[in-house]
Amino acid sequence: MAVACRDLVVRYGDTVAVDGLSFEARAGEVLALLGPNGAGKTSTVETLEGYRRPDGGSVSVLGADPAGDHATVIPRIGVMLQRGGVYPSLGPARVLRLFAGYYDDPEDPESLLDLVGLERVRRTPWRRLSGGEQQRLSLALALVGRPEVVFLDEPTAGVDPEGRLTVRSVIRSLRDRGVCVVLTTHELTEAERLADRVVIVDHGRAVAEGTPAELAAERSDGSIRFSGPAGLDAGALAAAMGAGAGVTETEPGHYRLDPGGLPVPDALAALTTWLAARGTAVTDLRTGASLEEAYLAVTGGERGGDEATGRSGGEAGRRGARGRKGRR
Amino acid sequence: MRPFTTQLRAELAMVFANGETLFLTLGIPVLFLVFFSGVHILPTGTKHPVDFLVPGILALAVMSTAMVAVGIGTGFERGYGVLKRLAATPLGRPRLLGAKLAAVVAIELLQAVVLLAVGLGLGWRLPSNAAGPAAVGAMVLGTAAFGGIGLVLAGTLKPLVNLAVANSLFVVLLLVGGMLVPLAKLPGWLQAVAKALPASALADALHAALGTGGAPTTTDWVVLAVWAVAAPVVAALAFRWE
Repeated sequence: MAVACRDLVVRYGDTVAVDGLSFEARAGEVLALLGPNGAGKTSTVETLEGYRRPDGGSVSVLGADPAGDHATVIPRIGVMLQRGGVYPSLGPARVLRLFAGYYDDPEDPESLLDLVGLERVRRTPWRRLSGGEQQRLSLALALVGRPEVVFLDEPTAGVDPEGRLTVRSVIRSLRDRGVCVVLTTHELTEAERLADRVVIVDHGRAVAEGTPAELAAERSDGSIRFSGPAGLDAGALAAAMGAGAGVTETEPGHYRLDPGGLPVPDALAALTTWLAARGTAVTDLRTGASLEEAYLAVTGGERGGDEATGRSGGEAGRRGARGRKGRR
Repeated sequence: MRPFTTQLRAELAMVFANGETLFLTLGIPVLFLVFFSGVHILPTGTKHPVDFLVPGILALAVMSTAMVAVGIGTGFERGYGVLKRLAATPLGRPRLLGAKLAAVVAIELLQAVVLLAVGLGLGWRLPSNAAGPAAVGAMVLGTAAFGGIGLVLAGTLKPLVNLAVANSLFVVLLLVGGMLVPLAKLPGWLQAVAKALPASALADALHAALGTGGAPTTTDWVVLAVWAVAAPVVAALAFRWE
């Protein structure tokens, strides 16, 4: 395993930031630690980067202890801190050349500059770069030593949409070259788009783990969601679906269909037939839950989207999710 | 070796690219030397003020580089997370500190060359019984003492507070450190305090070695040595990298 974290505990005084977290990541895999702010993601990553020793459990990076074997591990990993970390008076080209000088066989600074799209601002002092440009420079600095493992703490935070595309494509190319990427994010869409595997972290614990599709599927209740014009005749649709089916308009224009005893493919066929007969345009149609719903359920967060409102029972939700985690 | 030389070049380049730092380390000392050598308003007690000023301002130069310039720069690097980020590169903390120290030595050498040259131009002459090795030794101890003080401040205070404190300390030590005004001209109680500080010990040692000639006093050596050990030790213990 390129990265392994076993029963990790990190404390700050009396505060427990990480409370028995375990996960592993392989070469050529993108693993996302997904969780709300304060979940312990940064503490975990900083332990893996060798900044602190575990207060409990153990971590291993490329088979070594990142704090104890700092000198052997550091040249083989790339680090992107959550913010800062760059001389404020130096421009991207200078900083990349400086960092390249720390490594035996560095990446070409010019090609990195090009890769993250900072050619245009190559001489602009770091403090005058936009937040997104600073983030992309930090990403490039994480790659300058040709690392085998890369830790990215909130790599897309504060990055504009175009910059996000750059960050995503860089991460994909790292995976394709066999690099192990461990990133943190509190944004579901980023985890869903970037990661092969997601560990949902809450209160310092892994509350669920799997591919984005697996996590969503675990939460699936067999219902079908679709969106279209508001005010469709839910009763008529339910009747057309057959006995036991139920349809509710959760929000204007957003519907939830419980197929009752009907198999999902048959229910889909019946639904689309009914819609086609009325010439109704559908803007969204899917079966099962989204990663967002899975996430909100296991972290006990506020529900949004097509569910009405209300909190799912926080502690109960967490316990339930931990139970499921054993499934892996 | 390559990470070290890379970092040393970067440290020096950043010093020379920073106008404020250059003014502090070269501008102010040269200005003081030229101005007070020509305008005889300081009670230097020597026949030519320049004879007192060259050693005193050499001490000032050590303090400006080791304590103020490096301290303020390091404080900002800490505030911007640079020190934390560099710890996750093969450069590592020991080589980073080594590069900073080498940069300090290089700047001090430049300061010494410039100040001695300007001093010679203003009529200063090295006394026949000058103690060169004692002067170098005092400057080495002074560098350790002031570097340690600068890093204690840089490693514990917020960058802007550090900036203010280091600059204030610089002015206070400049006045009571026997660099421009002989200690003997200060009130008795202030003399007693000042004698325990590294500024006056360094200035006194350099006045002895390069001004009047002869060896610095034992008190100078003891005070300098204590600060040269204590300040870096406190810095090592108190320094917070992030």
